[in-house]
Amino acid sequence: MIELTNPLLLAVILINFFTLGSARLGACIRVVALQGALLALLPLATHGMSGHALILGAGALLLKGIFIPTLLLRAIREVRIRREVEPIIGFVPTLIIGALTTAGAFIFADFLPLIAEHHEGFYVPTALATIFTGFLLLITRRKAITQILGYLLLENGIFIFGVLLSAAMPLMVEAGVLLDLLVGVFVMGIVLNQINREFSTLNTERLSALKE
Amino acid sequence: MNLLFSALIILFGGSLIALLTRKSTLATRVGTLSVLTATPLAICDALTVLIGGQPLALNLPWSVPGGEFALLLDPLAAFFVLPIAVLSLFCALYAGPYMRHDGQTRSLAPHWFLFNIMIVAMLLVVTAANTVLFLSAWEMMTISSFFLVAWNHRQEEVRKAAWLYLLVAHFGMVLLLALFILVSSYCGSLNFSDFGSLSQLPLSSASVLYLLALFGFGVKAGLFPVHIWLPDAHPAAPSHVSALMSGVLIKTAIYGILRFLCLLPPAPAWWGWLLALLGATGALYGISLAAQQRDIKRCLAYSTVENVGIIFLGLGFGMVATANGQPTIAMFAYAGGLLHLWNHALFKGVMFLGAGTLVHATGTRDMNRMGGLLRRMPLAGVLWIGGSLAISALPPLNGLVSEWLIYISLADAGITQQGFVALAPLLLIGLLGMVGALALLTFSRLIGICLLGEARDPVAANAHEAKPAMLISMGVPLAACLTIGLFPQGALRLLSTTLLQLTGNPIETELVSAVSPLGNAAVLLLFALGAITVVFVWLRHRRPQTQSTTWGCGYQFPSPRISYTGEGYSELALRHLLPKIMRPDISGGRINGMFPAPTKLAQQAHDPVLTRILLPLFISIANRFQRLRWLQQGQLPIYLCYIFITNTILMIWCLWAGRHAGG
Repeated sequence: MIELTNPLLLAVILINFFTLGSARLGACIRVVALQGALLALLPLATHGMSGHALILGAGALLLKGIFIPTLLLRAIREVRIRREVEPIIGFVPTLIIGALTTAGAFIFADFLPLIAEHHEGFYVPTALATIFTGFLLLITRRKAITQILGYLLLENGIFIFGVLLSAAMPLMVEAGVLLDLLVGVFVMGIVLNQINREFSTLNTERLSALKE
Repeated sequence: MNLLFSALIILFGGSLIALLTRKSTLATRVGTLSVLTATPLAICDALTVLIGGQPLALNLPWSVPGGEFALLLDPLAAFFVLPIAVLSLFCALYAGPYMRHDGQTRSLAPHWFLFNIMIVAMLLVVTAANTVLFLSAWEMMTISSFFLVAWNHRQEEVRKAAWLYLLVAHFGMVLLLALFILVSSYCGSLNFSDFGSLSQLPLSSASVLYLLALFGFGVKAGLFPVHIWLPDAHPAAPSHVSALMSGVLIKTAIYGILRFLCLLPPAPAWWGWLLALLGATGALYGISLAAQQRDIKRCLAYSTVENVGIIFLGLGFGMVATANGQPTIAMFAYAGGLLHLWNHALFKGVMFLGAGTLVHATGTRDMNRMGGLLRRMPLAGVLWIGGSLAISALPPLNGLVSEWLIYISLADAGITQQGFVALAPLLLIGLLGMVGALALLTFSRLIGICLLGEARDPVAANAHEAKPAMLISMGVPLAACLTIGLFPQGALRLLSTTLLQLTGNPIETELVSAVSPLGNAAVLLLFALGAITVVFVWLRHRRPQTQSTTWGCGYQFPSPRISYTGEGYSELALRHLLPKIMRPDISGGRINGMFPAPTKLAQQAHDPVLTRILLPLFISIANRFQRLRWLQQGQLPIYLCYIFITNTILMIWCLWAGRHAGG
């Protein structure tokens, strides 16, 4: 199955870079949706057509590929923003940092005490790289929408880890993770609206006014 | 075991149903009924184990990682299940009428939910045989009692008291977590049944575990330097909750300490001395502060510190005697400590419930606004006086029996030992005697100021008698107090299996023969008192007396306000007895000039440990941590960055540690 999964995972990494380098929010959301859809294929590609994998893939596709991106696209239509301007760290530097962390993830994964069958394939390094990218996005961007995207990427990274373990992990746990994600996005959506209404902007740095 | 388990199920089910009800009366009915049906079942099981001595066990599958729903009811656990079940029963009976007025303005559903959950948690704590189950039950107990303490959360002092309680309880929880992590990593298991290998521990690490257990549990028990939450939390809570907390909830901590003492290797003498000295200090400290309080429930709370101190003194001295190879003396001390634990549960229950009726009738906790209540609520007043007699260790009630046993053990140790070591137990006798004298002062003051004399305030003049259910729930425990006082041998027989588990020696006839004359004397005394009362009443009947006002010391218009206040009563004793640091703050009261202007005198009793040591300490720590405020920039990305850095470091550390451990 390595033949099929490795291109998938490489595509996931490329999408990571795209989100780091692009300023257009609409494109970013679509690309993250694409990543979610690709990840939905991953359980099937790894474990074959089992019922467990099907449920997992269908859940991921529905939530990450369709539902949440639709929500986000509607949100940016309503608050009328198109571009991420003035990130805290510029696009090129974040791309470079992203490349470095991805390389670091690949090196780091070699050191991890994994069982032999997890050593081959790009699962662990991709998962780590996606988590790092998600964090980078969360840290360096100002708009709340991009931060939600960062959160999604973070979850995608965890999902890749989960696929690796899905034989051992009960379905409940994964369902819990997906639910967690959904609730998280909802809460952030509400926060988003509130920030927008209160400060007429989506920049989260205004939140520092809440500091005691 | 099935009975106890079904009791737990009934209580838990009752709590959930009570939560769903909308009407306060329905919630009260459901809550009371579930407690009334469940507790007799628990009592049955506890008595079976206490009499037969055969432990009961129950194992159920539980899906929590590392957890096992393992319950074990051995004599030690049954010894604690019994007072928990008994006192819960009466507190639940009492709570209905006590809370009725409250229930008209707010829903009582949460109250009954939390109350039943608290009972479930206490029963689970003393029967749990698995670390995860024990700690979750312990936490459940803390949280439910926190919400019950904060029941009247609209008052700021209540919120503060509950907050202090939560903070201090979690400080203890941290120590307990450390204790259980150490123990289970040493034994390689989370089940209490596998903790047997603890008895091979070297003394130094066993001492660390002992100290962790002593202070981790001691925080809940009201051990002397960490008792600070207790005097605030008990007045804040509704009275039946204070009765339950003071009577049995804090005792679960003593259970924890005893359970660990059974598991750890034989205790060296200094463990016992530490416990006994902390206990004696706490007893003296608690009772001398109790004698200063105006708030009747705060006074009772400090008396709890005193009684817990006496229990610890007995248990600690039992450890000392065991370490010195004097099993008979150890048996006396342990028996005294354990019996005092039961006694305290009974009479402190009566005292707090009685204080509740007074508060219910007058709407105030300030004793200086009461007075003359015995005439307006004679039944509740008499029961309260009975409780006070028991708690001041007066014959023919039970307080004397347990303190008598501790006195005997101390005196025996002082007599049998040679040289300098004999001094310590004899000095402890002196301290215990002083505690007894101060307890007499405290409770004669409590009764005298609240119940006797004239009403000092309209609220006391309009007081009403308590409801029958409230009187029953005070009367039955008081009857139990009297029974133990008249027939102490029976109570000691019930204790025998627990004593066997703790000391390893069967109960000796010496112990029984030491208390049976006490019981006989108590019966004689009771008869004598009865005869005197009959004669007195007959004499009074024959020669009716005219009533007039008390002589006003020459004042033209004497009013009830010139009678003794609570402060006035205790002033003489305290001014000459207490060190300056323990005395209350007095402001005003100076009289200047030939024709002095009206002046005011106010007296405020503080807890010196809290106000002079702990508060300044924590304030200075908080000030130091102010410098770390620059970490908190209020910028979301920076916070996320912190999380990221922490996670990365943890991951690398895990990897690094794993490599080194793996070789």
